[in-house]
Amino acid sequence: MREEFEVAIVGAGPAGISAALALAEKGIKVIVFERGEFPGAKNVSGGVLYGHDLAESVPDFIKRECPVERNIVESRLWYLSLDGGFNVSFRDRAFEEGLSFNAFTVGRARFDRWFAGIAEEKGVLVVCGTTVTDLLKDGGGRVTGVRTDRSDGDVTARVVLIADGVNSALAAKTGFRPEPKPSDVALAVKEVIELPEEVINERFNVEAGHGVTIEILGEITKGMDGVAVIYTNKNSLSLCIGANLFDLMSNTVRPYEMLEEFKGHPMVAPLIKSGRPREYMAHWLAEGGYDTIPHLYGDGYLIAGESGMLFNALHREGSNMAMASGRLAALTIAGALARGDTGSEGLAGYAAALQGSYVMKDLKKYRRFNRFLLNHKELFSTLPRLGASAAREMLTVDGVSKKEKQTSIRRRIQGAIPLARLARLLWAGARSIG
Amino acid sequence: MNFVCCIKQVPDTSEVKIDPETNTLMRSGVESISNPYDLVALETALILRDKYGGWVTALSMGPPQAEQVLKEAISLGADAAVLLSDRAFAGADTLATSYTLYKAIRNLDVDRPVDIVLCGKQAIDGDTAQVGPGVATRLGFTQFTSVVEIRELNTSDRHITVKRRVEGGFEVVRGPLPTVITVDLGLARPRRASLPGLILSLRTVIDRWDADAVGAEATKIGLKGSPTWVRRIFSPPLKEGGPVFDGRKDPVPAVERFLDAIVADGELTSELFKNPGV
Repeated sequence: MREEFEVAIVGAGPAGISAALALAEKGIKVIVFERGEFPGAKNVSGGVLYGHDLAESVPDFIKRECPVERNIVESRLWYLSLDGGFNVSFRDRAFEEGLSFNAFTVGRARFDRWFAGIAEEKGVLVVCGTTVTDLLKDGGGRVTGVRTDRSDGDVTARVVLIADGVNSALAAKTGFRPEPKPSDVALAVKEVIELPEEVINERFNVEAGHGVTIEILGEITKGMDGVAVIYTNKNSLSLCIGANLFDLMSNTVRPYEMLEEFKGHPMVAPLIKSGRPREYMAHWLAEGGYDTIPHLYGDGYLIAGESGMLFNALHREGSNMAMASGRLAALTIAGALARGDTGSEGLAGYAAALQGSYVMKDLKKYRRFNRFLLNHKELFSTLPRLGASAAREMLTVDGVSKKEKQTSIRRRIQGAIPLARLARLLWAGARSIG
Repeated sequence: MNFVCCIKQVPDTSEVKIDPETNTLMRSGVESISNPYDLVALETALILRDKYGGWVTALSMGPPQAEQVLKEAISLGADAAVLLSDRAFAGADTLATSYTLYKAIRNLDVDRPVDIVLCGKQAIDGDTAQVGPGVATRLGFTQFTSVVEIRELNTSDRHITVKRRVEGGFEVVRGPLPTVITVDLGLARPRRASLPGLILSLRTVIDRWDADAVGAEATKIGLKGSPTWVRRIFSPPLKEGGPVFDGRKDPVPAVERFLDAIVADGELTSELFKNPGV
């Protein structure tokens, strides 16, 4: 006998669980399927979450013992050459007090489990260790449920929410989303390095419980469009580095080699010294932006989170967009169920709600950003090299006058990159994020 | 036929390490699983129930979170599950554990006379293989340990024939019901839960019995009822290989060196001559 649910959700990540919570609060019968042995088991996210979006789902998340690693009080931006680099950072007391938990690091294996537990308390059925292999459809192509890899594994549902992440097996099988092109995704590797809590506090100049994020661009990605990050956890550091998949393929660079070189960089090595590697993993990131977003709803189904390529590559925001889209999907579904129209038209409000939210506004704003990085490789080669050599020369005290130094720097820059190209790059860059 | 299957929640020992300085188990962050031998016991019970009809009750003793292994048993098809959980049970050795399980099985026996109790041969954390036999002895049931095959279950004559592993081989033995069987890994291959089974397990509230409900005497359970004390846990030292006399190229000097070596080692020489068969 096949059990019927009002909503079946594929994936127990931030998108799926936010939606499940919102639906359960309205008394809607929800089942969530998770491929991993527990929610978060398969997660590879770098580990920064945002309090605003979490509070929409769980307002008292701190009181409910959300497994926070560190509250982020300082953000650094590094622009690196091979031998050094520039560091811009911003810290504010506000992030320690009023805006506390604006952003914070979590271990996703623990966080996702906690988050799913809250949904379970509200009556959501979270079925783990179960892969959704296909969507059930009626003769008219309308989605009517899901098929899982277990025996008697079909479940019917009036609406299916697809929230199984960027590397969706369901997408490949059902074609609800075209397979991402290599240039639309980044392949990132992550290593978690264990260090004593006090050592991290000292090396990052923070109090206990406070943390730092570092976003890094430059020559570390070997001329490829890519980025690295370092996040502080309670007693470990997450190091991630990734590059556009197309670039990795055409340069035949292996991501783990990039990671090893990154770990040896003079600005990175002292931070991780004597640390013990604890985990190593790799994943895709949906970096294609606005123009790669598929049609996010249809007859009987919706797509949320990174399954729908909802990821802000510039600000490294994905989990919050997942939560926001999951919640908006839930509101749409609740309305559609109440009206008795769960077809494409009944669910169309989802697209409008997303367009009205920060999710699509931000993604639209940065829609040219991915292209910009891909088309301006000097950002990851010539520019950081020139910048570093200029700074090094200005700071070297060797009896040469500053004026002579400036002239020689200017000549070197003009020799390496035509001024017109530099101007165009600045213009395109400003436009891509403007 | 009514079956009781005893299941222990154990740390996934493939991930547990022993701290070489303190000689204690480093269990932090290690996932808990159902003892693999016990899942084979459960599978065996389910197969027998499906063939002969009856009722399978899964039984576990442990902290509240041990209900996870019973939920797994329900998801696989057990008809009922009981968790024996009480602070008073904590710190039990194999003696106190088998006593507690025995009392609980006696309780189950009142409503549904128990025909076969199935246990894993041993648990992968303690590896003692004592609880199954301990339960059998107290119940006064026939016991078969290390069972690798069930040859015959005769429900009318009420006897069972099994093949069991013994040192150096196997033996086939027959005995009357009721019985306690402890199973080896080869006996059955645990199934994967069906989706309805898994959903049912998520919705099942597991019965919990405390020491009163079990009817256990306070002096025979938990730490109080446990005369065993663990003095020390240690990793056995790695065995280093003995001397090698490589005679592949030229056997003569290798044999000479070998003979020189055993003559030099007086103990080895006397050992060799004591046993003329060598």
